[in-house]
Amino acid sequence: MNTLAEAWHWLTDPAHWTGDDGVWHRLAQHLVLTAVCLVVSCLIALPVALVLGHLGKGGALAVNISNVGRAVPTFAVLVLLLLTPLGRYGEGPTVVALVLFAVPPLLTNAYVGMREVDRSVVRAARGMGMTGRQTLFRVELPLALPMVMNGVRIAAVQLVATATIAALAGGGGLGRIITAGFNLASTPQVVAGAVLVAGFALIVEGIFETAERLAPRLARGRR
Amino acid sequence: MTAPPDDCLARNEWICGAYLSTRRQILLDAVVQHLQLTVVAVLLGLVVAVPLAVLARRWGWAAGPVLAVTTVLYTVPSLAMFSLLLPVYGLSAALVVAGLVLYSLTLLVRNVLAGLRAVPEETRQAARGLGYGPVRLLLTVELPLAVPAAMAGLRIATVSAVSLVTVGAIVGFGGLGNLIYAGMNTYFKAQVLTASVLCVVIAVAADLLLLGLQWLITPWTRGSRG
Repeated sequence: MNTLAEAWHWLTDPAHWTGDDGVWHRLAQHLVLTAVCLVVSCLIALPVALVLGHLGKGGALAVNISNVGRAVPTFAVLVLLLLTPLGRYGEGPTVVALVLFAVPPLLTNAYVGMREVDRSVVRAARGMGMTGRQTLFRVELPLALPMVMNGVRIAAVQLVATATIAALAGGGGLGRIITAGFNLASTPQVVAGAVLVAGFALIVEGIFETAERLAPRLARGRR
Repeated sequence: MTAPPDDCLARNEWICGAYLSTRRQILLDAVVQHLQLTVVAVLLGLVVAVPLAVLARRWGWAAGPVLAVTTVLYTVPSLAMFSLLLPVYGLSAALVVAGLVLYSLTLLVRNVLAGLRAVPEETRQAARGLGYGPVRLLLTVELPLAVPAAMAGLRIATVSAVSLVTVGAIVGFGGLGNLIYAGMNTYFKAQVLTASVLCVVIAVAADLLLLGLQWLITPWTRGSRG
């Protein structure tokens, strides 16, 4: 338990929170990194998944991409990209590696969500004379939204967790506190960094949870 | 002074046959370490997860806490997980294994529990009618029927474990991850690419192996089609 006490000591020392290596700076880097990656991967994965789900094609593709994604170590992708010419562009390799990592869960969840929309509802919409685009945006997407959002939530939490690995390859973020701790052989700092990352991941999870609970109420209020 | 050899190692190319032949032993050692870490972690994960799932099935109130704890464990980032366990295990292979076990728990417990819950009540009643006690019912009826769902979880857990082992490089026990980490620091392209490809090959091979195993041990799911 001594290590935990020392880690708490590390966390409560104001000197560790300021400056370029400080917690606030690393937290900001972590936040920006995950937010950028989440937005980019949503922009890539969601349109593809929604269109494929609407057309009812590419189910095998979505599932296979998801399986392959799980088998490829993010750390390996990160290092591979780092050694390519892309590696010269600062956080470039990290963003690409993390986006590749976040796309599979987004794609699979959105696709499955679209396919699970009751077919008779879709047929009814067609019968009412809705065009394909109208069916997609007014019927299928609203009904599939919980599932799509679940994918976004999984991707967001995993991104927060995995962005830590960027530090292994010299990137920024909270992981740097952990790797610096390893290099200094300072277990309290390592543990403190781990607690920070885990806490951040749980906060993101909590935000999505609250948003999910509040969303239907807000939507009802607007009507 | 001799002229430096002009081969793909000297040119630092991505794909390099000379690398494969000269570093065969290093690669082999890394693969063996990678496999050991993965297999031990997944087996320990099963040993812990199956009783947990059975308990959660047996006593309904246990299901909530068990699922909640394993889900929270899953949210902890891999690098952070290894760091949090550091005070307990020190810089050792046990640290990596412990981290991987905790990760596989979520997937395994959820799937085994789903499999147990999917056993039809009629089947259980029929077994009880035949005079099966609770232990025999569990071992000869419920657990075998839960195998397909459990195997699905086992496959995901194994594939994830193979890719997570690489992060163990931070404490020096990362199997192929060690080679990737070293290759990154020395800008050794052939080593990084070879080790990465080997990781994926191991993951895919393990997945196929488990799929084959599932086919072998669940003859009743093959049905009359075969």
